[in-house]
Amino acid sequence: MTAVEEVPISAAGNPIGFGRMHRKEDVRFLRGEGNYVDDINLHGMLHSAILRSPYAHATINSIDTSAALALPGVHAVITGETLAGLGLAWMPTLSYDTQAVLATDKVRFQGQEVAFVIADSRYIAKDALELIDVDYTPLPVVADAKKALDADAPIIRDDKEGQTNNHIYDWEAGNKADTDAAFAAAEVVVTEDILYPRVHPSPMETCGSVAHMDPVTGKLILWTTTQAPHAHRTVYALVAGLPEHKIQVISPDIGGGFGNKVPIYPGYVCSIVGSIVTGKPVKWMEDRAENLMSTGFARDYHMKVSIASTKEGKIQAVKVDVLADHGAFNGVAQPTNYPAGFFHIFTGSYDYPAAYCSVKAVYTNKAPGGVAYACSFRITEAVYAIERIVDCLAAELKMDSAELRMKNLLRPEQFPYTSPTGWVYDSGEYEKTMRVALEIAGYDDLRREQAEKRAKGEYMGIGLSFFTEGVGAGPRKDMDILGLGMADGCELRVHPTGKAQVRLSVQTQGQGHETTFAQIISHELGLPPEDIEVIHGDTDNTPFGLGTYGSRSTPVSGGAAALVARKVRDKARLIAAAALECAPDDLEWELGRWFVKGDPERGKTIQELAFAAHGSLELPEGVEGHLDAQVVYNPPNLTYPYGCYICVVDVDPGTGQVKVRRFIAVDDCGTRINPMIVEGQVHGGLADGVGMALMELIAFDEDGNNLGGSFMDYLLPTSLECPDWELGETVTPSPHHPIGAKGVGESATVGSPAAVVNAVIDAISPFGVRHADMPLTPANVWRAIQGNPMRTDMAVE
Amino acid sequence: MQVTITVNGVEYTRDVEPRMLLVHFIRDDLEMRGTHWGCDTSNCGACTLWVNGEPVKSCTMLAVMADGASVSTVESLAKGGQLDPIQKGFQECHGLQCGYCTPGMMMTGRWLVDQNPQITREEIREGISGNICRCTGYKNILDAIEYAAANPATSEVTA
Repeated sequence: MTAVEEVPISAAGNPIGFGRMHRKEDVRFLRGEGNYVDDINLHGMLHSAILRSPYAHATINSIDTSAALALPGVHAVITGETLAGLGLAWMPTLSYDTQAVLATDKVRFQGQEVAFVIADSRYIAKDALELIDVDYTPLPVVADAKKALDADAPIIRDDKEGQTNNHIYDWEAGNKADTDAAFAAAEVVVTEDILYPRVHPSPMETCGSVAHMDPVTGKLILWTTTQAPHAHRTVYALVAGLPEHKIQVISPDIGGGFGNKVPIYPGYVCSIVGSIVTGKPVKWMEDRAENLMSTGFARDYHMKVSIASTKEGKIQAVKVDVLADHGAFNGVAQPTNYPAGFFHIFTGSYDYPAAYCSVKAVYTNKAPGGVAYACSFRITEAVYAIERIVDCLAAELKMDSAELRMKNLLRPEQFPYTSPTGWVYDSGEYEKTMRVALEIAGYDDLRREQAEKRAKGEYMGIGLSFFTEGVGAGPRKDMDILGLGMADGCELRVHPTGKAQVRLSVQTQGQGHETTFAQIISHELGLPPEDIEVIHGDTDNTPFGLGTYGSRSTPVSGGAAALVARKVRDKARLIAAAALECAPDDLEWELGRWFVKGDPERGKTIQELAFAAHGSLELPEGVEGHLDAQVVYNPPNLTYPYGCYICVVDVDPGTGQVKVRRFIAVDDCGTRINPMIVEGQVHGGLADGVGMALMELIAFDEDGNNLGGSFMDYLLPTSLECPDWELGETVTPSPHHPIGAKGVGESATVGSPAAVVNAVIDAISPFGVRHADMPLTPANVWRAIQGNPMRTDMAVE
Repeated sequence: MQVTITVNGVEYTRDVEPRMLLVHFIRDDLEMRGTHWGCDTSNCGACTLWVNGEPVKSCTMLAVMADGASVSTVESLAKGGQLDPIQKGFQECHGLQCGYCTPGMMMTGRWLVDQNPQITREEIREGISGNICRCTGYKNILDAIEYAAANPATSEVTA
């Protein structure tokens, strides 16, 4: 039981504060009345479609749009040349690189944007694509990151002055000398080449926008699938030279984000240009193949991971060398100072002194992206690396993998803990969490069952993962995106009748902000959550902030919401003192009410004070009327949620088929605002983990053809692959967060792939398998059993 | 060409191109936007609605193929202000997050329950395997459909 179940209940049956309650946003979705971007239809609106490159690398000799323009119903065809005339053929990425909006000189990945057609309907626009004649000369292709720096590799980014190869950056973290020394002296060293292949977030709703540039007022309204409306507004102002006060970005209901909707895509920019050119609203909505082939992919990390240990299994050092495939443009979205994201949290949940990583990033003829799919800025890759190599070490030592982890977990008294790569973990009771997971799983019984089955020739596997994340980017002194500090604003107005509106800088793609942020205000002010309206996703009507990704809404914006409510509460105290004719110091707060100390009958509710604040009550010197406040919250540190996951699989060695039989997840994300929503987010992330571990893959052939361009090829988990998740929890609040909450949206996606893979490898370890790369499809598992695991990222032998 | 299609009990006659997909007819011509479009290849089920009482993925059916048919969409589930048991189940069991797959999930779920009020959890798991959800991990969706089976509807979906 947790304290959240002890709060008072409102007239509508909701907890006043934290606890389970139905989501306020549900009813419109249940009735089919959500308002997604493709649901926006404006008077006179035109539709559009993008012509994309069939080649991964080719020179564009010419583009003939005359036949397309002649098609009845076509209003305009925009090419790179059109955009070049406006200075918009290239745009900055969120990593200070550039990306072609529409190709001018050459195409650099299959699916790259070449031309934009605007027409009366989406059907006519697509017809017109067929009539555009592009003359290409195919060029040699770099599809394999491992060959990107070969001397004879074609230079992909010859548009960049001084770029003489496909190298993007080298980056390192940790202490190399200490780590090398630890490895030199180690009793046991285990090394494994571990690939985290390219996957795709694939939200159910694809990306799109409706742009309306009012030719009279010069105001641009852009309804768009963005997780970061304010940041996008600023980027449009910087890129297009549009005045920022004349840009309104609206992120309406969003059908899932998972990081796919953080970047700015060429289609958004083209819809804006299209509206300027035609003087009418223009809708752009990509189809699924376009989403899979051109928008932000995730991972594509080739990692050489080494671990040093004593013979007894005490870990001494870990090092990782990464080859990072960023595709044709460095379009990753992460804080500026962290080109490899937060990958260097790879030291994980364990206590050892030395760690080092180096990351070499390269261009390839593949779609841009890399930081997406609920990865918490590459912590997914980090957790996979450490949790996989710990299992390899357990195999080497012939030690139980739970015992090995338990022996090395950080201890509660070590917090706040500074990791060998510089992170300061805020709080944790790791062993306690792991014991809860082992207990739910019935771990010892599972191991006994496994032994019995092995004796009968049945292959059952048990896989563990213990992850630590750093989420809630982040402190302004360390973290910005394109120079924009990662603090979040929040505004709260309590109206005269005691009903409130809270305006957030973040926005929801299904996380339930309309409910949880009302609960945060409710917790602080004692107003029923049904009396609090959450306003978000509209830059004209919300304060500035960097958006929802990296599990940052609760850690950053949630902190802002708690603090703005406390500011209102403090102001209410001054008003109460005036109303009750006493000193503010004589007043005491109980949920929803200020009262005179020692005289509890003499008090005023927050609702009464709201009316008084707007009324004729004489207020003390310096106290303004009304009951509202605003804050900008600059988090002092990240928050560090963690958890222990256990997966149980059965593998058919004859076919390689994997069945996930059970999955136990014990998360500690600090204070749980609405446990129902927390659990729902964990469930979703666990399904992601099963999908990535077993099914999901964007592979390429040597010509750079994308082999995962539809849901027939890019396999997502369905109800059949997902077991009934078994959840547990521990609650270790963050000491520095205003309500002790840590953020949980990505925890399960980050933590679960390793547990699934570890379970499968555990199952087939009797065949001498220590590692095989994701996805562990039947073919791949079967090949691993035969001693010949597949290279999964390339269609090569 | 001209088609006449009854949608949620109301008859509509429209001129459509022969190639127009049913999902676009419903969304763009009739402006009922509860039915979503997700993949083009019948894999995701976001566009699931009923044609003559059977669930169909409307991204892979032409509007002209529905000429003369009765179509039911998510908009037909609630009666007046009252949510259908399948909607209630999704609400009670937190069976939705972003809401994009939800209409298709509910149309499949309500049909499964109508076909077999004693439906088992494993039959539901099999039955909704053609509808993809990226948010919920499915457990709560199974719970939601079980809720609907345990709390039967008192009214038929408008056909």
